[in-house]
Amino acid sequence: MTGKADLVESVLGGKRLALARLLTLVENNAPEGQAALDQLFAHTGRAHLIGVTGSPGSGKSSLVNQLALALRNPVDGQPARSVAIVAVDPTSPFTGGAVLGDRVRMRDLSGDPGIFIRSMASRGALGGLARATAGIVQALDAAGFDIVLVETVGAGQSEVDIARLAHTTLVIEAPGMGDDIQAIKAGILEIADILVINKADHPGVDSTVRALRAMLELGHPTHQVPAGSPTPLWIPPVLQTIATKAEGIRAVVEAIDAHARHLRETGAWQLRERSRLLAELEVLVQAELTAHWREALPPEALAAALVELETRRISPYQAAKHLVSLQPEAPIH
Amino acid sequence: MTERKIRVLIAKPGLDGHDRGAKVIARALRDAGMEVIYTGLRQTPEMIAEAALQEDVDAVGISILSGAHMVLVPRILDLLQANGQGNVHVFVGGIIPEGDATKLTGAGVAAVYGPGTSTTQVVEDISRAVLQESQP
Repeated sequence: MTGKADLVESVLGGKRLALARLLTLVENNAPEGQAALDQLFAHTGRAHLIGVTGSPGSGKSSLVNQLALALRNPVDGQPARSVAIVAVDPTSPFTGGAVLGDRVRMRDLSGDPGIFIRSMASRGALGGLARATAGIVQALDAAGFDIVLVETVGAGQSEVDIARLAHTTLVIEAPGMGDDIQAIKAGILEIADILVINKADHPGVDSTVRALRAMLELGHPTHQVPAGSPTPLWIPPVLQTIATKAEGIRAVVEAIDAHARHLRETGAWQLRERSRLLAELEVLVQAELTAHWREALPPEALAAALVELETRRISPYQAAKHLVSLQPEAPIH
Repeated sequence: MTERKIRVLIAKPGLDGHDRGAKVIARALRDAGMEVIYTGLRQTPEMIAEAALQEDVDAVGISILSGAHMVLVPRILDLLQANGQGNVHVFVGGIIPEGDATKLTGAGVAAVYGPGTSTTQVVEDISRAVLQESQP
């Protein structure tokens, strides 16, 4: 078994097996994985993190496949970029198992050393990602990939964690997704930096484009921004693709690059980075505090509170306050 | 808190056009709480070894009906070995003549399952092998 320092060295040196092993350790929340991430963190912050989300069956995996191909085979003399893909699929809530099938649509990418694909099960998390996805993305960033594409589980209206993780979020829709009222509801459409209507050869594509454009107009009051404003707004483009025929893909890549330029020129890149780190920190602090609380909690206190609850002598809210107040605020270290 | 899950790659090498058996196994392993990576039809040994590496799997299940197992399976074993994954539990399912099955297990395949094998058997074999591998 390789030591911790070796693992970090090997990952930075581009050893793919070491990277794969590290991803497993991080995914399993193993202490060795966390220790390695601590050392690798200084090497992160270089990759462009791109989220791909949308309803089940809208063609996310096929689109990710085509995007990766386009990034590996650029036109007009641009350098090819290395691409890591993290594909999240749901874990069965009943058995804890999962069938991860996103690779089926990514067979074009095999044999390319500039590509690394990792499938992840959501393991009970509900926001469209797994709890360890942020750590996995950090590891891939540190390993030197230029682009990290994160494909969420098939998402509906509230799986918006990806927007906190990614610099650029693509929302994929298929034609015939519902009426205009769906488009003005809060949720997944609000997080889109780029909207892609895939399966654009299916009927109903025109009305879907219209509905999404109308929604964007409501959400982004462009007419209120004076001309020449120093902080121009990003207006999410609405693009059409047919991923199975590789149509419309270059325009999506161009929009992704335009968005990265926009973020950097307006300073929004740093703002997103900061809020992303803050969100991650809050999650970790909560987990730390919960773990401490559990460790210090007398086991009989929990059982006693449960009895009180069952007999309706106190409310869950009162019970929670009581259990938290049992301990003095212990310093973490 | 560490939470370890057994990860299994289910692969269909060669030219079979039919993957019902592979899907039945994938489903059974899922129901046993494992994480199953399914790659789809017509994979080359290189594609299978690459997926096994990127996914850092504990086991690789190879489903073959085409009769090309004596070519494809040893090639996959060699590639896994070359990638530093010689300790992965490799099992084969399909229509494999008994003589060939003996040769494959001699070459490093952990188990060969013919038609009618219970999925419980496969689940137990994988669990036991992974448990042994993780013991120091």
